[in-house]
Parts: sequence; structure tokens; C-alpha cells
Amino acid sequence: MPPIRTYHDLTDADRSGLPEQIGAQRKRVAERLAGVGRVIAVMSGKGGVGKSYVTAHLARALARSGRAVGVLDADLNGPTIPRLLEIPRAPLTAHREHIEPLTGLDGVRCISMAMLLEDGAPLAFKGPSAESFVWRGAMEASALRELLSDVAWGALDALLLDLPPGMQRYVELCDILGAPPAVLTVTIPTPESRDAVRRAMRAAVDRGSQLLGIIENMTGQGFAGTAGEDLAREFSVPVLARIPWHPTPDTWNELGARL
Amino acid sequence: MKFLCVDCDKQMAFEERQLPGDGTLAATFKCPTCGRVVAMLTNPMETQLVSSLGVEIGGRTVPEQPFETVRKMVSTGRDDAFTEPGEPRGHAAGSNGAPSWSAEAQERLSRVPNFVRGMVKRIYADYAKERGIAEITPAVMDTARAELGLEGM
Repeated sequence: MPPIRTYHDLTDADRSGLPEQIGAQRKRVAERLAGVGRVIAVMSGKGGVGKSYVTAHLARALARSGRAVGVLDADLNGPTIPRLLEIPRAPLTAHREHIEPLTGLDGVRCISMAMLLEDGAPLAFKGPSAESFVWRGAMEASALRELLSDVAWGALDALLLDLPPGMQRYVELCDILGAPPAVLTVTIPTPESRDAVRRAMRAAVDRGSQLLGIIENMTGQGFAGTAGEDLAREFSVPVLARIPWHPTPDTWNELGARL
Repeated sequence: MKFLCVDCDKQMAFEERQLPGDGTLAATFKCPTCGRVVAMLTNPMETQLVSSLGVEIGGRTVPEQPFETVRKMVSTGRDDAFTEPGEPRGHAAGSNGAPSWSAEAQERLSRVPNFVRGMVKRIYADYAKERGIAEITPAVMDTARAELGLEGM
């Protein structure tokens, strides 16, 4: 038998057009975000450091300063942004080609899986339960893509993306956006947090993200350490804010002014 | 994924897709030279993987709908998650030449979960409107499902 041609050797038009379908999905994301001044991923390698809390309050501070701000709650399995922005429960308006975001405190626009799921229910998908790990990640990436491509934000100065702990959602985001987003990193002062956040920041640098700076949260009591300073020195980025346990609106306004 | 007719050294062309409803998928491909047809059979996990990418084997028959994958695939969606503005309701034809729905078609549509119903209704209405069909009946829905490949709706 002669050598069989490879996948890339076969170039006839295919009615399925799967590469074209994927290309159309990417184009839709790019077109939707064309009116967004800056896409900023708020991330950390560590859970429980207050990413969502920081994201919501930073978004509100930016909005109070006159900027148009949206928050995409990319924590699909543990969405909390609507509660933090005190968004009333209401159906999403589904137009022919887009979904309208809902609006929360200080006029911050928001989309979140929390708006779609039954109260208290986990994000679950139809399909075979056996070996669901094979497809679940792809399904969540598709959901994230649709949150990015189908929500009509209007003109925004900034779209903040509240990422869950870990790196997986960040990697998906880079692939979907086609370019790495700018990154704000949240840590608490402890060395344990520093070590986990360092890995996340390293991954972001490796992907080509611009590191905007570090926000050290929950400072002043309880947690000992210098994670913010350590990471700032290591990555040559500023500590944008040290957020105490009981921040005032000025705390957030000052952070917003530094971005 | 592509299929090659080794005898003819020709890329086989997609012919037909079938979703029998048990999570599996069958897609046939035909050699443009010798006419040989092969069927690709996927198990439920493989079918799900394709669905999770938000793509359609055989190509798209309707434009991608907002939150399409989420609405089709999430099983824990809220009944009142969405509202569809400007959609004609009831039996009467709406404005802009929108088709009406027979009582039987409405009853059938009511069995579709709310989470995805608005999207499904719009697809059927567009199908009827594009073909000048004044009233959507279960027969029209069956034809649309077959023509558009809406086996899961």
C-alpha cells in the first residue's frame, strides 16, 4: 500500500466546515468586544483570596469615576458577582443576535451563570455521565465563549473578568480571545498564597499577558506575610492596593484611580 | 476529522447526519470518484465532545443563536432565565408576516423546557416565515426538524 495522505494533505472543501465554524465563533467574540476599551482578567492561583469581592468593588469604583464598566463572572461553577453587585433577580432578554446584560450597583453591567441556574443548583450539563471529564472542560469553555460573544455590552471602558481559582479558565480565555488579556492579580499576605499566586503570574507572563499589578487583600490583621511586596518585586509590578478587612469607598476609589 | 478513499486517493464528502436519540451519531461520507459510502459512528461521549465545541457536523443549518450551547446543554437552567422580546404569542399571526401556531403545535412547543423554548420557537418561526408557511403545525415542525437537523429540539 502506498503511503496514505495525511489530514493536512486533504484540502477539499468540507460541507461540515468545522474549522470555519470555529473561525466564525472567534470572529463573533472579536466583533462583540470591539467596543470594549480594555479587557482585564482578575485572577489568582489561590482560592478564597477575595477575587470576586475585589472585582465587584473595583468595578463599582470605576463606574463611580464615570467609566462604563462591565463584569463577566467567569467563575461558572461558583458565581457570586450578581449578589455582590446586588443585581435583582430578573430574566435575561434574549434578542435575535444578542443577550442584554443586567445592571447592578453604580450602573455596573454584568453577566453571570448565576442568572441562568436554578437557585442552589450546580452547573450541570445534559449528556453521558460516564467519563464526563473528557468533555466537561470543553463544554465550560464553550459557555465562557458564549458569555463573551453573545452579550451586547455596548461601549465599555473596561470589562473585568472574574476568574475562578486556578489557571484553567485563564488559558481558555486566552484561546477564546485570541490574545492574552491584561491581568490583575489578587493575593492575601500569606506565604502560602504567595506561592500559589506566583505560579499563576508565571503562567500569565508565559502566555504574554500584561501584568497590571497586585492587589493584596485582607491585610492588617489575621494574616501575616509580605506576599504583595514579594510578588511585586519578583515580577517588577506595583502593589496597586492593600485592602484592609473593612475597606471604605475611598479604598476602592483610590484603587480605581490607579488603573 | 476527514475520510480518505484509499483506493481512489480521494477525500470523501459529507453526505448525511443522523442522531437516533440515544446519544450516538451516524454521519455518512461518500467518495466522489467511486461512490463508496462509509459511516462514521460515534459513541455518546464522542458525540458530546463535538456538541461541547458548539459546532455542527454537516455544517450549520441555522445561524448560531445567542447562548445556544448553554441553552441546549445546561440541565440545571432556570425556567425563567430568559425572556424573548417581540415574539408573537397565541394562535394569531403576529406582525411582519409572522406565522401562527396551531393548538397542537403550541401544545408540543409547551413540552420544550422553558430554558430553551424561546430559541426553539424562533427557529421554527423563521423556518416557516422563510418558506411562506402561514401556520406552524406538528407536521411543519417535523419537516423543519428533518430539514434543519434539529434532532435534539
